[in-house]
Amino acid sequence: MIKVAELSKKYGGVAVLNIPSLEIPKGQAFGLVGNNGAGKTTFFNLILDLINPTSGNVINNEIQVNKSEDWKPFTSAFMDESFLIGYLTPEEYFYFIGELRGMNKADIDIFLGQFEEIFNDEILSRKKYLRDLSKGNQKKVGIVSALIGKPEVIVLDEPFANLDPTTQIRLKKLLKDLTVTSNATILISSHDLGHVTEVCDRIVVLEKGEIVRDQKTSAETLQELETYFSA
Amino acid sequence: MIKHFINFEWKQFFRSSYWQKSIGLNILMAFLALYFMLTFLALGISLFPILDEKFPESDPLIILNGFLFYWFLADLLMRFFLQKLPVMNVKPLLVLPIKRRKILHYVLGKSAVSFFNFLPLFAVIPFGLMLIFEEYGTTTAIVWMVLMVIFTLIINFLNIIIESRSAETELSFLPVIVLASGLFALNYFEIVSFSTLLANGINAVDENPVLILIPLAILGIVYYINYIFLKKKLYVDGSLQAKTKTATTSDLTWTRRFGKIAPFLQLDLKLLWRNKRPRSSIFILIIGLMYGLFFYPNPMYNDLEWLYVFVGIFVTGIFIINFGQFIPAWDSGYYKLLMSQNIKYKEYLNSKYSLMVMSSIIMFVLSIPYVYFGWKILLVHFAAMIYNVGVNTYIILLAGSFNRKKIDLTQRAAFNYQGTGAVQWLVGFPLLFVPVAIFFAPYKLIGFEAGVATLIILGATGIVFHQKLMRFIVAKYLRSKYVMINAFDQDN
Repeated sequence: MIKVAELSKKYGGVAVLNIPSLEIPKGQAFGLVGNNGAGKTTFFNLILDLINPTSGNVINNEIQVNKSEDWKPFTSAFMDESFLIGYLTPEEYFYFIGELRGMNKADIDIFLGQFEEIFNDEILSRKKYLRDLSKGNQKKVGIVSALIGKPEVIVLDEPFANLDPTTQIRLKKLLKDLTVTSNATILISSHDLGHVTEVCDRIVVLEKGEIVRDQKTSAETLQELETYFSA
Repeated sequence: MIKHFINFEWKQFFRSSYWQKSIGLNILMAFLALYFMLTFLALGISLFPILDEKFPESDPLIILNGFLFYWFLADLLMRFFLQKLPVMNVKPLLVLPIKRRKILHYVLGKSAVSFFNFLPLFAVIPFGLMLIFEEYGTTTAIVWMVLMVIFTLIINFLNIIIESRSAETELSFLPVIVLASGLFALNYFEIVSFSTLLANGINAVDENPVLILIPLAILGIVYYINYIFLKKKLYVDGSLQAKTKTATTSDLTWTRRFGKIAPFLQLDLKLLWRNKRPRSSIFILIIGLMYGLFFYPNPMYNDLEWLYVFVGIFVTGIFIINFGQFIPAWDSGYYKLLMSQNIKYKEYLNSKYSLMVMSSIIMFVLSIPYVYFGWKILLVHFAAMIYNVGVNTYIILLAGSFNRKKIDLTQRAAFNYQGTGAVQWLVGFPLLFVPVAIFFAPYKLIGFEAGVATLIILGATGIVFHQKLMRFIVAKYLRSKYVMINAFDQDN
């Protein structure tokens, strides 16, 4: 689904990301881990064409992302709060995103029904603007909005951060179900090794912009990663 | 500590991507400042001889003091619209071992070194020196000069009170207009003659310098009021955090008829109505509409038909200037979302375009009553509307692709009133004066109708080539996409 070739990003001559080649097949749950500054967000930004690569390219379903915008209809993302529109209510935000993805109000209302558990009565019909929600609740809105319209590629940067324990567990279940029920390719970055190994079929470790590990998730993966990062 | 604060601001200013992109604008501002300084200097030097010549029987100083009330009023109004409030990001400082008192005094002290406080000195000092030469006595001259400085500072702090209060309420610039025109009216109809009162006061101080303690005390009071106001804001649960308002929802179904751009149009309308800063560009429409009343009733302007063009462009284009120049910065807070969503730039920009066109048409319709002052005015306003729709909107959209300054709609940090600054009005100059110039040539050479026709033809050409122009503008936006995303990611 996503092919990366000779991708690099340099700021003032310093390479922050350098991936000679990487392929993410359709339907894979792809986990990206690494310490601060390893290049996780940079990589996702490049996939979403939010920054320009210094060299190389990202091809999303046969479309080179910085050449054409045709990857947008089947790709969705939630990177940080700057993806939210503060002066809308959560409903209005969902409707807006829905409209961009070809779903009308009624579709969205049905769609939102399945997230009742995650929303926990704190999101919908509270008569509050997004800017007035807590960080955690904002995050919930962002993640759910990234699932609108059956996207084929879903990019989530640090989805577990800022969430309360209950929601973390529910979100984990939701993402796991999604990998089973849909054929979407899911890209997740996280600092929480436990969560990411539970959700993803494949873990890639970045260090200083380079891929240092790339493995299928197995029972030992968590242990191995912990050993790796404590070294 | 103060040293650090100044250092921070220096860095904030020069390290912002805004500064790096707009050196040209900064140079223009510097020239304007220089121009005003020279004007004031000339005024300060020539005022005494002029007054002496015009009113040979009276004392020039007394005459001048009689006019000071109007100057102070004008100063207050000018500051309200042009002077920016002292801004500082205080939240990171609150938990550090810094006395709150210090932060407050610094922020207030900073406002005292504004250009607007130095400008009057260019007139006051030469006039004061003139007083010494004319043998008023050194004490009188110095007392007078000091008094002027004190009054300038009083106005400075008074303006901060008014400006920060009106930024908190929803009334925008209404309070200051009401206050200023109220004072002016009371004075004009001689209900309370402030100008005489003020003049008598100043004359009294000149004669008895001890009385200078009174204005000094007033200065102390306005400073203290500011201090109290700001102090309340230094708590995170105070105004550092925006008040939670109950959301009002509206589905705006009528926008459906605009087809593809409907979702963006809805978004823009909500943007305008739910955020303080863009909302003020709606209120400013009222001022725009009234603008003609400054000119048209006055028979002096009857023959200056080119002036109609200026007023017409202003009335039908005020929203374009005020709202348009911050495209796409209005959406800077969630620009990354828009760029990664299933959105075509064309639809996004077309929505903004439609909004500006609608404003222009509505303003034209509302300005139809000006026909009372002559049918020519209506004709010119119509031509101005066509010109605005067909030329100015595209110019401002194109200029938007150079926009690099983020607008923080949430305004969470206290002291953060990204309000109207002088730059904002400066941007409007070419939009206002170019059409006047365009009108002027055929008007002088051929006649009134030719001037009007030129404007209409230019505007109509723009409308006919809408698709082509939009494609060009979209390409421009696409080219600066990454730079804009990066700039909007920074906190100024």
